[in-house]
Amino acid sequence: MKIKKKLIILISVLIAYGLLQGLIALGIVDNYFRRILVSIGINIIIALSLNLIVGITGQLSMGHAAFMSIGAYASAVSSVALHTPLVVSLLIGCIVSGIIAAIVGYPILRLKGGYFSMCTLGFGEIVKVAFQNIDSLGGARGYTGIPASVNLTFVFFSVVIVFLIVTNLVNSSFGRTLRSVKDNEIATEAMGNKAQNYKMLGFITGSIIVAFAGGLYAHYITYIEPAMFNYSKSTEFLTFIVLGGIGSNTGSIIGSTILTLIPEVLRNISSELNELRMFIYGVIIIIMMIFRPQGLLGTNELTIAGIKRFIIKVKSRFAGKNKIQKEV
Amino acid sequence: MSLLEAKNITIRFGGLTAVSNFNLTIDDNELVGLIGPNGAGKTTIFNMLTGVYKPTEGAIFFDGNRVDGLPTYEINRRKMARTFQNIRLFGDMTVVENVLVSCNHATKYNLFDAILRTKKFYDEEALLREDAIKLLKIFGIDDKADTLAKNLPYGEQRKLEIVRALASKPKLLLLDEPAAGMNPNETADLALLIKKIREEFKIAILLIEHDMKLVMGICDRVAVVSFGKTLVIDKPEVVTQNPKVIEAYLGTENGGITREKKIRD
Repeated sequence: MKIKKKLIILISVLIAYGLLQGLIALGIVDNYFRRILVSIGINIIIALSLNLIVGITGQLSMGHAAFMSIGAYASAVSSVALHTPLVVSLLIGCIVSGIIAAIVGYPILRLKGGYFSMCTLGFGEIVKVAFQNIDSLGGARGYTGIPASVNLTFVFFSVVIVFLIVTNLVNSSFGRTLRSVKDNEIATEAMGNKAQNYKMLGFITGSIIVAFAGGLYAHYITYIEPAMFNYSKSTEFLTFIVLGGIGSNTGSIIGSTILTLIPEVLRNISSELNELRMFIYGVIIIIMMIFRPQGLLGTNELTIAGIKRFIIKVKSRFAGKNKIQKEV
Repeated sequence: MSLLEAKNITIRFGGLTAVSNFNLTIDDNELVGLIGPNGAGKTTIFNMLTGVYKPTEGAIFFDGNRVDGLPTYEINRRKMARTFQNIRLFGDMTVVENVLVSCNHATKYNLFDAILRTKKFYDEEALLREDAIKLLKIFGIDDKADTLAKNLPYGEQRKLEIVRALASKPKLLLLDEPAAGMNPNETADLALLIKKIREEFKIAILLIEHDMKLVMGICDRVAVVSFGKTLVIDKPEVVTQNPKVIEAYLGTENGGITREKKIRD
């Protein structure tokens, strides 16, 4: 039964990929749209990694872009200077980011709530300024000449693998303890789990995954500069998961997809809307926070069983209404 | 050799001595009560035993090892589990997940088993869940295994706290006011439940409680503390006759001024 489940996942992924390739072959997905799909993919990976830290472990990190930039720079340097193949470069980016996350996380994860957020915020700025002042990495001008080795196929399968890793991690004893740390740290410790270790696990895993996304980004855009990974980028990542629902992996996917699409859709509707697009983007988020502060999905996951239940519920409600009307 | 031995433990917060020279021994499968007026230091004693606070003086021995000053998770792993006075469940997790968090350090699969979903992962998860459900069944809340803990009624949340503590397979269970907020019927049920836990799991229990009827009815021995000092540790029938205990709870006969009032003035 478990093998069957794995097979179903594999087949549905391949079908989705086939569909995507079909659309490209038919010319429905043009080059412009393909670029959007790649940035959606990268943003999904980022949202999943941030959700692991903020939504699952409950540590509000505000310097997530810093780890992305570390991954981007480390993998870019590896590709340019050492001529390593793409996968090796990405791995190097992940390792460097993981090590830095461990060094930074060890002291600051002992801090609670807002103090932790402030430290990550400061760390984000330090990393940005550091990259701006390292001349061998191009300084503020940025780092150029990165091979364009990432394509849509690579991003597609990366998203699938990252999603599987994150969901499998969350739905295990490790994930349970991460969620219990978010819920009640004192009780978690009283039940024999060292909260600090689990916070480290969530923080380092999240930083490794976002470094992977940074590497993908660098090898797709072929040019990176420190200002790309500033504070507003970290906040943008937070809006992805806030919109989708903090603590929900599928919510993160939906949130990042919607927020990546909105500016592009507005750009194409008319030229007047194009100028207003950041304004509309902001309004959408404000409306969202007023009417659904827990995000689109809340902490729930979008599952096939859940969709079935929802359909049955809607059906029974309609059936019930009809009945009442008939009786009247 | 007794299971738990607290020798002269004292804790000071700045100039305030919250608990002074507290002594207590608990034997295997013994049920000991800890009572005292509000602010007597009962929960502070609990927090010292479970590693939340480190005693300023004195030593705590558990199962032959010195445990004072160890972190809480380490003390739990040495088979001493507790519940909380103000319920501290994992509200956004299901009932069975709450129990599973407590069996966590006994989990035999590693991170890669979890990510790759190996056979070991599925087998181990199924086993853990089966154990957790079995435990919930003893307390009659197995039918609510998949509801969120925050949606349980109050009495069942208290029960779940006890189940969660028991899931870490303790030798000593510390219950911090389990009857708080319960009506007399629920309290009577709880007394039966505590007796049942003791017989079924063969563990020692230390019980903090305000409800005198509950404590006197089920405990082998009762320790009474007041203003951080131990008044008496003895059998329930002896304790109720002790003039110091009566004074602490009801005040002295001459003048009718309670000790608490004296301090306030």
